[in-house]
Amino acid sequence: MSTSTGALRVGRDPYHLGHAPSTGEPEYTGHGAGGPAPKRIVVGYGFWIFILSDVILFSCFFASYTVLIHARNGGPGPRELFDLRNTAEETVCLLLSSFACGLASLAVGRRSLLWTEVALAVTGLLGLTFIGLEVHEFTGLVARGAGPTHSAFLSAFFSLVGCHGVHVTAGLLWLGTMMAQFPAKGFKESIRHRYLCFSLFWHALDIIWIGIFTVVYLIGSLPP
Amino acid sequence: MTLLGKLTWRAIPFEQPLPLYSGAVVLLIIIAVLVWVVRRGYLPYLWREWVTSVDHKRIGVMYCILGAVMLLRGFIDAMMMRSQQAMAYNAPGFLPPSHFDQVFSAHGTIMIFFVAMPFMIGLMNLVVPLQLGVRDVAFPTLNSVSFWLTAAGALLVNLSLVIGEFDRTGWLPYPPLSELTYSPGVGVDYYCWAIQISGIGTLMTGVNFVTTILKLRAPGMHYTRMPMFCWTALASSLLIVAAFPVLTATLAMLLLDRYVGFHFFTDTGGGNSMMFMNLIWAWGHPEVYILVLPSFGIYSEVVSTFSGKPLFGYRSMIYATMAICIISFMVWLHHFFTMGAGADVNSVFGIASMIIAIPTGVKIFNWLFTMYGGTVRLATPMLWALGFMVTFAIGGMTGVMLAVPPADFQLHNSLFLVAHFHNVIIGAVLFGAFAGYTYWFPKAFGFVLDERLGKWAFWLWVIGFWVAWGPGYVVGLEGMTRRLDHYSVAEWRPWLLVAAAGVVIILLAIIAQIAQIVVSVRTREQRRDLTGDPWDGRNLEWATASPPPSFNFAALPNVRDQEPYWDMKARAREIGQLVRPEPEYQPIPMPRNSSTGFVTALFAVITGFALIWHIWWLVLLGLAGAYVTFVAFAWRDHDEELIPAAEVARLDRANRAARTARLQERMAERDSTRDSDT
Repeated sequence: MSTSTGALRVGRDPYHLGHAPSTGEPEYTGHGAGGPAPKRIVVGYGFWIFILSDVILFSCFFASYTVLIHARNGGPGPRELFDLRNTAEETVCLLLSSFACGLASLAVGRRSLLWTEVALAVTGLLGLTFIGLEVHEFTGLVARGAGPTHSAFLSAFFSLVGCHGVHVTAGLLWLGTMMAQFPAKGFKESIRHRYLCFSLFWHALDIIWIGIFTVVYLIGSLPP
Repeated sequence: MTLLGKLTWRAIPFEQPLPLYSGAVVLLIIIAVLVWVVRRGYLPYLWREWVTSVDHKRIGVMYCILGAVMLLRGFIDAMMMRSQQAMAYNAPGFLPPSHFDQVFSAHGTIMIFFVAMPFMIGLMNLVVPLQLGVRDVAFPTLNSVSFWLTAAGALLVNLSLVIGEFDRTGWLPYPPLSELTYSPGVGVDYYCWAIQISGIGTLMTGVNFVTTILKLRAPGMHYTRMPMFCWTALASSLLIVAAFPVLTATLAMLLLDRYVGFHFFTDTGGGNSMMFMNLIWAWGHPEVYILVLPSFGIYSEVVSTFSGKPLFGYRSMIYATMAICIISFMVWLHHFFTMGAGADVNSVFGIASMIIAIPTGVKIFNWLFTMYGGTVRLATPMLWALGFMVTFAIGGMTGVMLAVPPADFQLHNSLFLVAHFHNVIIGAVLFGAFAGYTYWFPKAFGFVLDERLGKWAFWLWVIGFWVAWGPGYVVGLEGMTRRLDHYSVAEWRPWLLVAAAGVVIILLAIIAQIAQIVVSVRTREQRRDLTGDPWDGRNLEWATASPPPSFNFAALPNVRDQEPYWDMKARAREIGQLVRPEPEYQPIPMPRNSSTGFVTALFAVITGFALIWHIWWLVLLGLAGAYVTFVAFAWRDHDEELIPAAEVARLDRANRAARTARLQERMAERDSTRDSDT
């Protein structure tokens, strides 16, 4: 094989991640024989791997939910419990929040501190509303005597949806930290990398939510 | 009272002298070591060069030390179990059942999570970046966090010795026994939180190494030029990323059952305890391969180096590794054929389990053919590899026997099964760790271990293993079930006495290993590895000094061959000088040290301990502390420091000089043999 040197010199930032101009990074691609990849690729790639592992974590809770869905201990099932209107509101909040997060990415690309902070604030407020709606739903269920300790089905439901909620809460904590970091540190390379990871995380939580929305709420509301 | 949750003076086992005394002795040893360190003024050095180090080599060494220390703890448990079973024929023995149950649970937990895992991950840390020809792993600080979280888990398990109790359900907390109804104590909680904390560390290691191997390699290193150890490390890391979240989720469900009355696995409320078996083994079976694949990689390196030949069937080895990686996820049900899933389901899983023997067989034959026609040097690492091949082949065969569902119905939970998995885990994983430790020790410390004592240790270990676990197969076939604290069957008795004798032989082996370290350290000046290539190695880890400088390579090597360093040496002999002219030395940016890992782990221990004892304010404090630590880390401005070009030049020139001298020596040897031929 005629190898090495030809493959080494590929243009900077071949993936245009986030469209940010990359400066002063090595020109390796990290592909095949191309030598070590630039930091941005490494950070984004590593975080993707982490997200995959997180998806597997959720898959266990999905699996346990579907296994235990009929184990109701004489209590109520999905059709009696779930309010699709509340779920729709939650979904809208979360999807809009993801959209705002995308806008923040654009603002970061343009190095606009004002618009970054505004978009992140909107992202966070929508996320907070989502959590509020979820807490409202959970407390309502508990008040009706359908708390997680009542049956295996309810345990699995609260764990699956709650696990997503805990992730969103952790994401909000992260978001707050980032909102403090942009003004304090500016658009440094490391901060932009961190924001890339945050946006991946936030969008991934949307994908999980689509799964929950479908498997738990939509299928749960189908007539038997 | 509520200030400390469930924690009272009754948690200290005053009425049980054994754990209390041993705990006190350990505490005294720790205090003595600390006093010695402080008085000799080593504390700043330790803190700067080790505790806060983010250098993959230092972290690798610390992982291996953790594994070695925990091996001693786990082995003491093993000695207690073997002597109990030797004594407890128609008698109670010296351990009450509740204590015996804790001993076998702790033994399994420690050996898998805190011996085998740290050893394998430690060797991966030490070697993989060197073999890839790069300067560090993808996320150096995260690497330090991973290590310290693993150490935090180990600390919690050992804390249970003197504060409270450990779990009595075996190394996997099967419900319903592990539920609050039947295990109201803190034992299961100690287990769960220790494993959750160290599990996060392991998951981060998996993420780190997948990224490192796939994204950071020296120029020219295709996938099909990566050393076999890197391939197996990749397979193992992929398995970690895919399997450890399952463990985290399963234990989280168990904890929810225990702490807030959920019904995942309970007998009441519709819980399903068989779901736990399925989930835990969906992690547990891949875990076996997470451990054994890196050691297969170690054997590949060792066999090829000490046979003086390239690895036979390199590509088939890659296929075999990745096949095992995938099939390992499709066999979990063979751990509970007796669940009653039916003949069809059991057959599918039985056949899948047997299929794993095929890629494994491919590997064995590849190693044999690597040796065939080579000039085999029987150095200690090679002895371990040979001992492994014999031991593991037999262990693998008993595994295939267990994969036959009707046979498994007879052998399930018998000593036959226990003998089988000790056969493969000691024979493959532990021997692999020892092979890798002897092989790469000079790379880490700059001097070679004593060969004579190493060979003593090897023979004592192999013989000791077979004397200790050969009888297990026999009593298993005679119907002895596992985890018996006493028994009354006369036929088992002689075999259990033999097994106890085997443990004594293994004890001698471990003493030989400790003596090997002491002797080697004392005579280290005569054992210096000056060139960085003591074994005439073939891969890039031998292309740098021993111990390597913090930046590993002054200039990233250019890989042109599947065995890059062998290729460089061959070309150097042709042209009579080092392949690369001296590079123009540049200053090298390296990641700065960070105490993030250590501090995070400290808060993890506090949080874990508080959770175990229901001290809720301390839980919040621990979590807040961990968060603040992360923010503080995220806030720092300088995460790299430059190593000046002069320093790089000084270190690299010294190594180049040693290598040039060695090259000239070898060329002179070659010339003189040529002269005597003519």
